[in-house]
Amino acid sequence: MSETPHTSLLLGLLAVFAPLSLVTIGGGQSAIADINRQVVDVHQWMSQSQFVDAFAISRMAPGPGSLLVTLIGWQVAGFWGAIVSTLAIFGPTTFLIYAVAHMWSRNGGARWKRALETGLRPVAAGMILAATYVLLQAIDGGWFARAVAFASTATLLFTKVNPLLLIGAGVAIFVGLHAMSLV
Amino acid sequence: MSTPETPSAPSCSQLFWVFTRIALTSFGGGLSGWLLREFVQNRKWMTQEEFLNGLSISQALPGVNVKNMAVWIGYRLLGWRGAIIGFVGIIVPPAIVIVLLEAVFSSLSGYPLTHVALTGAAAAAVGLSLSMGITAARAVPRNAIPMIIMAGTFVAVAILHWPLFWVVLVAGFVSVAYAYVKGRVDE
Repeated sequence: MSETPHTSLLLGLLAVFAPLSLVTIGGGQSAIADINRQVVDVHQWMSQSQFVDAFAISRMAPGPGSLLVTLIGWQVAGFWGAIVSTLAIFGPTTFLIYAVAHMWSRNGGARWKRALETGLRPVAAGMILAATYVLLQAIDGGWFARAVAFASTATLLFTKVNPLLLIGAGVAIFVGLHAMSLV
Repeated sequence: MSTPETPSAPSCSQLFWVFTRIALTSFGGGLSGWLLREFVQNRKWMTQEEFLNGLSISQALPGVNVKNMAVWIGYRLLGWRGAIIGFVGIIVPPAIVIVLLEAVFSSLSGYPLTHVALTGAAAAAVGLSLSMGITAARAVPRNAIPMIIMAGTFVAVAILHWPLFWVVLVAGFVSVAYAYVKGRVDE
């Protein structure tokens, strides 16, 4: 908080996250591939391994996964970075839902709503799968990491386990592999 | 259908604490189930129908579903004040927690084990992301056009690294237009 980051850096965070806000369909998960590209490749605000660490922390924390962006803002530009990034990623869609909630009392709007729902589904699925692909490429730990990821996917698809427990298991497995000097 | 009970409105601070508590006790999704239980079943602040309307809109619109839902619920219950309370209650407390968590990990960053542990956590979390992707892909209609749009979105973002904003704008427009026209033909 003591340092005052350059206004240009804050504007940069705003310019990256505000447009992404409007395309996070089906939850913030869908934008992660693009956030990764912008933050690491385009602007070089952090390294790939810093990004993956931040992603891991965001999954351990409570609340929406998009708080990853808050964390990035914090790491890149401190307190104001966190504030600007948070407002950029959550703000624009808040006005959108507010406007719709306001209009909703006047008309039910069945057909366009259904078209919106079924129409956006394939786009959301494609984006989430893309995010997964990019993260699988980015992660350290090679095939061990991939094995843990696929095992976690299978567990989630076939059981009702708490995701936080799985993340704990991932930590335990990697600490164990490290103890055996495998990673 | 029985006539819905007239829901009583909560106070601002009641509303804020419910959102904060849900935000801080939710990990890795499943939040809409929590919201339903708190707002419809336990406290009877709104009817189930009104809740489900909000849920489908929150999912269809861009933005984090649970944040959209909190703003929607807040607005329905207490107008613009409720909308602000919903936003702040669901975002700010976990934002503080995540920054504190990061401080803990960065103070431990001198130990190589910290990065190893985070890699393990990230690997499991990527699995969570993949399971969500598979669930989302299963919900896509089994027709050529939606399948092509899904595959096209994947390739454009993951392989070609095109900017997400334009990919979604174009793919979303084509896909919604198709769904709209098809809905009209089906009727």
